[in-house]
Amino acid sequence: MNENTDKVKTAEKVEKPVINPSIQVTVSPHLSNTAFTTQKMMIDVLIALVPLLAVAIWVFKWHVVVQVGISVLSCLAFEALFTSWRLKKITLGDYSAAVTGVILGLSLPSSVPWYVAFIGSMAAIGLGKIAFGGLGYNIFNPAMVGRAFVLFAFPMALGAAAYQVAGGMEVLTQATPLTLAKQLGQSTPLWALLIGNTNGSLGETSAIACILGGIYLCIKRTASWEIPVSAIAALIVFAGIGNLTNTSAEWTVLHHLVGGAFLFGAFFIATDPVTSPLTPKGKVIFGIGFAAVVMLIRAFSGYPEGVMFAVLLMNAVTPLINKWTIPVPFGGPVPVRK
Amino acid sequence: MTGTNTTLIGKGTFARGVHPPHRKSFAEDAQIEIFPTPKQVIIPLIQHIGAPCKLAIEPRVDVRVGDILGEAGGFVSAPIHASINGKTAKTVMRTLPTGRHVSCVPIKADGEQLEGQALWDDVFGGDWPTTGLEKYKQEEIQKAVSDAGIVGMGGAAFPTHVKFAKNDKKPIDTLIINGCECEPYLTSDYRLMVEAPAPIITGALLAAQAVGATNIAIGVEDNKPKAIEILKKAAEGTPVKIVPLKTKYPQGGERSLVPAVVNRTIPTLGLPLDVGVVVINVGTATAVARAVLRRKPLTHRIMAVTGAGVVNPKNLLVPIGVSYSDVLEFCGGFKPDAARAVSGGPMMGFTIGDMDSPVTKGTSGLTILTHDEIKKAAETTCVRCGRCVDVCPLGLVPTKIAMASKYKAWDTAKAYSLLACVECGSCAYTCPASVPLVQLIRIGKALMPKE
Repeated sequence: MNENTDKVKTAEKVEKPVINPSIQVTVSPHLSNTAFTTQKMMIDVLIALVPLLAVAIWVFKWHVVVQVGISVLSCLAFEALFTSWRLKKITLGDYSAAVTGVILGLSLPSSVPWYVAFIGSMAAIGLGKIAFGGLGYNIFNPAMVGRAFVLFAFPMALGAAAYQVAGGMEVLTQATPLTLAKQLGQSTPLWALLIGNTNGSLGETSAIACILGGIYLCIKRTASWEIPVSAIAALIVFAGIGNLTNTSAEWTVLHHLVGGAFLFGAFFIATDPVTSPLTPKGKVIFGIGFAAVVMLIRAFSGYPEGVMFAVLLMNAVTPLINKWTIPVPFGGPVPVRK
Repeated sequence: MTGTNTTLIGKGTFARGVHPPHRKSFAEDAQIEIFPTPKQVIIPLIQHIGAPCKLAIEPRVDVRVGDILGEAGGFVSAPIHASINGKTAKTVMRTLPTGRHVSCVPIKADGEQLEGQALWDDVFGGDWPTTGLEKYKQEEIQKAVSDAGIVGMGGAAFPTHVKFAKNDKKPIDTLIINGCECEPYLTSDYRLMVEAPAPIITGALLAAQAVGATNIAIGVEDNKPKAIEILKKAAEGTPVKIVPLKTKYPQGGERSLVPAVVNRTIPTLGLPLDVGVVVINVGTATAVARAVLRRKPLTHRIMAVTGAGVVNPKNLLVPIGVSYSDVLEFCGGFKPDAARAVSGGPMMGFTIGDMDSPVTKGTSGLTILTHDEIKKAAETTCVRCGRCVDVCPLGLVPTKIAMASKYKAWDTAKAYSLLACVECGSCAYTCPASVPLVQLIRIGKALMPKE
């Protein structure tokens, strides 16, 4: 809209060149916080994954580059392909597909054939994300959908035995710490679980790397601290109860905490904003539920680890948690008007 | 009257909220200038929340500053007065920045005018006593305020005398003078506190007398240390307490201010008086003092002209009814990259479509924003990150309410307390996906069927 400044009627002011910029008419607020965008959130996650990648490369060598490379490239490709099928704008620039790719890659064993990561990516992006409408609409964490798909499609490639490989570090010839504990009752030294020179999925071996990256995410508020904190607290309680009933177990509460994929899941997968609850209270419930399912599977199921199922199960109940935790406004409920 | 201050137990801040850039530096140090009498003012018959005024004069009559132009159209209403000497004309229609079409009385300047220092002295100068005010009784103060057409000058323009009405059911013990000015850019209240603290204190004492409050607090955000210091000095020997508050938006909203000062929560859809508190703006306090002690109506106000899009940012003492274009021209006009002209501040202010529309009693400033200042990322889908939940001062879930409003899912909107939203805009400011949350919520509030 152009301003009719020529109608100005002040006495003192005489012909001065008046600039007439085009002035917009719109609604407030007129400022926005550009320091934090969805894209920057995703970049934060990628940054936080760097310590995990570093430890993984140390332990698993070039396997990491191959697995993560395949899954990232195929996630990006499938995102572009499926989005274009839906005649939507391709938004690889938000980096969400890249995050899915890295997390999926890091959740696989080092030994899987190349097509497992490829098909896993297809399921992650296609079934997990685009089928629901794309970023923001998916119910389940795409990376975990992809992993669950390949777990059922290629049980041998992802079974406990698949983790044991020859060559590379000596630890890789052994079963994963959780399998050792479950099947043989053998414990793994805590320091190995902390720094990460153990067997396992690519990204899960080092507790310290997970905690470092996780703290970065929580400080940036990209991940809500409520989820990992409540999950860790709940896991300590559940594992503590488990140990009370079975005092001979060498696998202690601390082993439960730093072993397996629990910290990787608690900091990087359960905190996926799209598939976790909205309110702080809901996030706490989500975190407790996540830890409970993890412990149930570790204790009672045939699988050594339960992080993937725990995430998917809690994703499924997230709408319900949101419904349970509708907050009461600060000033109390809206009064019913007569 | 002695303040016990036992009730000033707030924590000096509120939960959640946002930290937009202050950007007060444009006009922070610009001393208030007296706007020279414009050739014409156009005075809207409604500048407040409530019933419009009834026109009380004929066209083409001579009026002097303070003469009544329109009488209050009900209890929740406020009369309007001539702000310059001159001749009235037939009423004209103008569109205010809020989008409201209103009937206005034009006055063409004629004859001698009160100008410059003499005008300042008339409005804010002279002696403002802080003692001996007991002789003014509640009825008297309320009538003076009502006759003077005083409305909230922080922006909402709610008739002040309604807050001063006798209310036996809900006794008031605390008066809070709002000097937060939490909107970025705006500096009008700040300059007023720095340059005219005396009438604020006097007005506060009179207002406290009217409502029967024994605790009197002036809440000021701590990014204005100079104002806090000057007010403290001016309040020495009086029961008025200066309460520094943490700088955070929307600290100046009643629902954030009252908890921060007295640790009481205003009920949803309720008013401060539900918890024994009356809140008035610092500018309103000066108008109250002037109305009660000097019998002068509200004819002038301080406004900030600020932002990166204006050539010379200033703070001005202007007559009500002066056009935005006159004010802008006095400040050197638009810069070439100006993008939006906002009446008020950038968080809740209204863009001005017609620059010839008049400044009203509730106009706290004119903020000219540049393209650079309003930059915003393209809208993407909500990723349910919950940032809006983290910042909503009322503890709502803005994204849910906004989506429910967008898809007209009224049951969901109701379940998430749509009507509790006060539209502060913290959610839309924060949203990393640039979803226009508060804008959608406003639409929802307007469209939701009434029960």
